[in-house]
Amino acid sequence: MTEIAIKGLAKSYGDTAILENVNAHLADHEFCVVLGPSGAGKTTLLRILLSQEAATRGEVLIDGVPIDPEPQPDRGVVFQRYSVFPHKSVLANVMLGPQLRAAPLLGRLFGARRRAIRERAEALLQEVGLGEHLAKFPAQLSGGMQQRLAIAQALIMEPKVLLLDEPFGALDQSTKKAMHRLILDLWRKNRMTIVMVTHDIGEAFTLATRILMVDKARRDPHAPTAYGSTITEDIRLDPDKKPALHVVDESADESHTMTAIFARYRADAGDCVVDEHPNFQAAG
Amino acid sequence: MKRAINLVPARPPAILLAVLPFALILIVYAIGSDIRLGANPNDKLMPSFSTIGEAVGRLAFEENRRTGEYVFWTDTAISLQRIVVGLAISTALCILIGIPVGFLPVLRALFGPFLAAFSLIPPLAVLPILFIVFGLGETSKIVLIVFGVAPFLTRDVALAVAAIPREQIVKAQTLGASTWQMMVHVVFPQILPRLFDSLRLSLGATWLFLIASEAIASEGGLGYRIFLVRRYLSMDVILPYVAWITLLAFLMDYALTLASRGAARWYHLGRAQ
Repeated sequence: MTEIAIKGLAKSYGDTAILENVNAHLADHEFCVVLGPSGAGKTTLLRILLSQEAATRGEVLIDGVPIDPEPQPDRGVVFQRYSVFPHKSVLANVMLGPQLRAAPLLGRLFGARRRAIRERAEALLQEVGLGEHLAKFPAQLSGGMQQRLAIAQALIMEPKVLLLDEPFGALDQSTKKAMHRLILDLWRKNRMTIVMVTHDIGEAFTLATRILMVDKARRDPHAPTAYGSTITEDIRLDPDKKPALHVVDESADESHTMTAIFARYRADAGDCVVDEHPNFQAAG
Repeated sequence: MKRAINLVPARPPAILLAVLPFALILIVYAIGSDIRLGANPNDKLMPSFSTIGEAVGRLAFEENRRTGEYVFWTDTAISLQRIVVGLAISTALCILIGIPVGFLPVLRALFGPFLAAFSLIPPLAVLPILFIVFGLGETSKIVLIVFGVAPFLTRDVALAVAAIPREQIVKAQTLGASTWQMMVHVVFPQILPRLFDSLRLSLGATWLFLIASEAIASEGGLGYRIFLVRRYLSMDVILPYVAWITLLAFLMDYALTLASRGAARWYHLGRAQ
């Protein structure tokens, strides 16, 4: 059971109010997507949940207990960029967390305990589709693969809450689709709570069981920074009533998926398409 | 006509282009030397290549009659030892001081401005102090190198630490890392390639401080020899010594590049050298 309670949260930098009066209660196993226009403070809200920043007022409780003022393993995170360690191989990135926890001085285990962690890491990497790339460095992975790695790295700590800060914002559409499928699978299997920040409304409706819109409820045209954002929309969605994800074929490669998505948009465009293969005709 | 920035030489011409300036300077020297020696066979300023060759042969391959040493190699060994020890101490200091100062806000507030001021002290200005405190032996020469190079390296390491993306540090904390573990597993490996680059950049300064201290008070070393034979206008010794020092510096630079590629393979993946 993991219940998150956000009570009367406010954040301001000097005279600039970012968030004010943010209240929400997230039930166990919620997939909460935080939407909002750029600069509304949705990332600030996530950072407060992560304890990367401190709230000016109010508090966040997990299962009735205020969250630790420092980032801790009970809340895992995947950022849009820089989430994985560039100097460690794929396998070493995932094996890092458990080793740090078990070996305070060296941060490194040996023998049977290391083998146990290695097996767990390999199984997890297999699950996110990186089983073939254990020895590679992050720089050798595509953007989608790096995010898969970051998710595996966070999941091995078995966090109560997984915080995602626009994790798929830099990915192309076909990769994004595959990532949606993956994160939903992992969310169901691991029974954790996910809080995800995005500005992609379609993504929010695809994934969420709960959508929170963060935006300014009050505006003072003479003092644009006087009021912060609060929660302006709060809806609940039933995951079982949602249409299945349009992932064409899980084993299909990226270009194949891209073609499929293109075909769907092409069909939707209908009469907007006035000409097909104009270059072929000109040449023929 | 293509723009100049789009004219890229192919591989073989590129090598030829790289050799050209070296060949050119040798040819210009040979001609100049010929003209001067033609006017005055006893000219000391631009000795011929054969005179230089004889001098090198005498210093490198004949025992010195007084000391029984091969002067050239003894000088090289003495200087290299001073440089390697000096750089090793500097590197150790910059890691031990630079990482904590760059990483921990309290230490940064405490030592940041001090380090900035300290690294601006001109090392050669304190050379007399070093001679007074440490005497004229090896210690003062090594201390000068450390004094000249370590503050620069330390500041550079501290800056590199501060430039690590905040996300990495937050992520490490969500993996349960302590401050010590973050320094060892996240910060140190990531600043390593930058440290190798800074070491390469400080090689010039290192040689400068070495030769300066050897010139002022020493009983051996490459810098000592150059300043000794200067009294006799022995350009036939000075010129090959300068070339040799340059070659040594180049080899050290190259060795550091190789070491960086070996120690931080992730950093050099797909990166043009």
